[in-house]
Amino acid sequence: MSDITVSYCRDCISPLPEPPHCLKCDGRNPLSHPEISQLSIAHVDCDAFYASIEKRDNPSIAHKPVIVGGGTRGVVSAACYMARMYGVRSAMPMFKALKACPDAVVIKPHMNKYAEDGYKIRNMMKTLTPLVEPLSIDEAFLDLTGTERLHGRSPAQSLLKLQKEILQDIGVTVSVGLSYNKFLAKTASDLDKPHGFAVLGRADALDFLKNKPVDFIFGVGPAFARSLSKAGIHSIADVRKREDSDMMKRFGESGLRLARLSRAEDTRRVNPVSDRKSVSAETTFNTDIGDPDLLKDRLWLLCVKTADRAKAKDIAGRVVTLKLKTRSFETITRRRTLAQPVQLADTIFHTLEPLLDKEANGRKFRLLGAGISDLSAPLGDSGDLLDPTAFKRGIAERASDKARAKFGKDAVVKGRELRARRKSSNNPKTILPEKPERNS
Amino acid sequence: MKIAIERADLLKALGHVQSVVERRNTIPILSNVLMSAQDGKLHFVATDLDIEISESTSASVDAPGDITAPAHTLYDIARKLPDGAQVSLKINNEERLDVDAGRAHFTLPLLPSGDFPKMTADGFTHEFDMSAADLRRLIDKTKFAISTEETRYYLNGIYVHAHDGVLRAVATDGHRLALSETALPNGAAGLPGVIIPRKTVAEVRRLIDSSDGDVTISVSDAKIRFTLGDAVLTSKLIDGTFPDYERVIPRNNDRELVIDNKVFADAVDRVATISAEKSRSIKLSLSQDSLSLVVNNPESGNAHEDLMVDYGDEPIEIGFNAKYLLDVAGQIEGRDATFMLDGPASPALVRDSEDKDSLFVLMPLRV
Repeated sequence: MSDITVSYCRDCISPLPEPPHCLKCDGRNPLSHPEISQLSIAHVDCDAFYASIEKRDNPSIAHKPVIVGGGTRGVVSAACYMARMYGVRSAMPMFKALKACPDAVVIKPHMNKYAEDGYKIRNMMKTLTPLVEPLSIDEAFLDLTGTERLHGRSPAQSLLKLQKEILQDIGVTVSVGLSYNKFLAKTASDLDKPHGFAVLGRADALDFLKNKPVDFIFGVGPAFARSLSKAGIHSIADVRKREDSDMMKRFGESGLRLARLSRAEDTRRVNPVSDRKSVSAETTFNTDIGDPDLLKDRLWLLCVKTADRAKAKDIAGRVVTLKLKTRSFETITRRRTLAQPVQLADTIFHTLEPLLDKEANGRKFRLLGAGISDLSAPLGDSGDLLDPTAFKRGIAERASDKARAKFGKDAVVKGRELRARRKSSNNPKTILPEKPERNS
Repeated sequence: MKIAIERADLLKALGHVQSVVERRNTIPILSNVLMSAQDGKLHFVATDLDIEISESTSASVDAPGDITAPAHTLYDIARKLPDGAQVSLKINNEERLDVDAGRAHFTLPLLPSGDFPKMTADGFTHEFDMSAADLRRLIDKTKFAISTEETRYYLNGIYVHAHDGVLRAVATDGHRLALSETALPNGAAGLPGVIIPRKTVAEVRRLIDSSDGDVTISVSDAKIRFTLGDAVLTSKLIDGTFPDYERVIPRNNDRELVIDNKVFADAVDRVATISAEKSRSIKLSLSQDSLSLVVNNPESGNAHEDLMVDYGDEPIEIGFNAKYLLDVAGQIEGRDATFMLDGPASPALVRDSEDKDSLFVLMPLRV
């Protein structure tokens, strides 16, 4: 380890012998850190991705607060930095966001477009290293260990170059966090947003974390934070004062995890195969629905959507879940574990239908969702000895999938689906039918 | 209460009742076993509110009385005491239970025996005796097919009923069905169909595991009782209608495949190795007297194995869940298993060359 602080010019990526002034490009935008040449785990996160894409495509809104989200009843999917100054945050209900920022330009999400650009960005990342672990459409971990000789650049230089190229080619800014493990890399990418590049090294990470509250660490939610606080643990420094065994005894597995992360110990590898846990689809209604038949029609649409996604990814799930949100924002999930993993919309629907029947007892709901989890490779479509037509319905679904692949998604639909669509087309703001999924 | 009892007697009696006690209980007294000492007998009762098991054993009773003590703890103590130990149980001045054996001493907390829930059981309309061996057989042949899925709760048990001079047990989860029958015991004629819950099936099976005597079975609308010597197990029945399973059993499958069961099971197990998934599908390709077992997994690779079989019908390809094939193969006693097939989308009927009283139905997979 050398004690000499290495610096790079953020404009032309060349090493800077005498920061802050770049002799090569005359820039005055240095990136320096004593450990920068030893760090190779990065987190790259697009800044307000959906909103940035919309601004890129429509320069007239470039200097206005922009919120991307669905309908009046939907939630904020992304808010540009200008909107954030008014207090708008992603996942905030739209009506709250508009209260905070009445002048905001609201744009319905164009998932296709974002997915396409996200895909391009991911491919650019993959030119740096095969070890790219996507966390979502617009962020990923990269492990650049051992790529220095290959690229003739240090990991930090490679990342600066990536950042520059994404801005040039895609037209959006990204923020980079560079460190020696995933936890710190993710933490770092948040420090210098937007268009930032932050570095956390072994020497400064511990100090940096010291006075942060416990919920700074991911996975520590309000409930866990409360029970920690009861035990007198408020900051990360408090966690460090405890023995690991003590944390383990009191808080179990998550206590031990917290103890390790508080010392910035994170041994998780950058895993390029994303560990997808579930496949699901959900929708927020424009007006609350209580009618069981109407709910079932909507459920069918969601089951088709879930099944389409599962089929596209060639996975099946053994646990089938129904999600409902009541008028009073109470979330209800009901799940069934089946004997074999399933993929067919028909099977998912027939598993969830009785669960929905039980919940739709006159209550009104604002959100409905369907999903599968405990995923594995599909086993094949199973019939049901006690439901003699199930096997044939499965064959019919596969056949109509083929027709839909050839002639478009609407080539073959169930009558139930038409009814659900007609009902929802009375509500022009619904985002349900017009959001085609990317089948990558 | 103050009694002395042989460790072996205590262990056997507790062993019979403790397994019904759930490891986690929201109602504390359900973690306890009720012990009543009277007239040279110690009587044990444990329950989970759905099943109640009781057992009696002889003990020297110095002072009669009723107590409830933690069932699993007491059982574990009995288990760890040396063979031949004399155990003394008595309530001490602090209303706790002193357990003494040799130089080992334990003190256990007690809960009031008056709070212990008793299961009411009367109005039994049918009662008959059958050999423990026959009951074991009915259970063993069918219990693997019991469903665990909660929506169709009426499949979460074994359906037992009198049928044309036989006592028949059926279980299905919609993917496979198992049926086994035995000569109708005296007194069982007209027995209405009852669905015995999965946990009850497991408890009864444990109770009769090594017994060669007779079991008395009593049935009412809502409950069933098994009596074996001093042990009595009473359970609620599943309140539901078992589907018309007869319709599910294929009658017209005319393509007959006869296989050496052991050779077949070993080969299925071998080719299924290829897939790391929990559940694996396997394709059976039949033509003439050759059977190919094929597993294709895009990620973990492919495997196939060819077997000589007795077939000779039209070529057919049919997929199954490998685990379900192995479950059924595990029930076959004879050398040969006979598969009656129809087509790749129709259920297969499997019979045992040795056991004419059992049959199995398997739903294929469309791979």
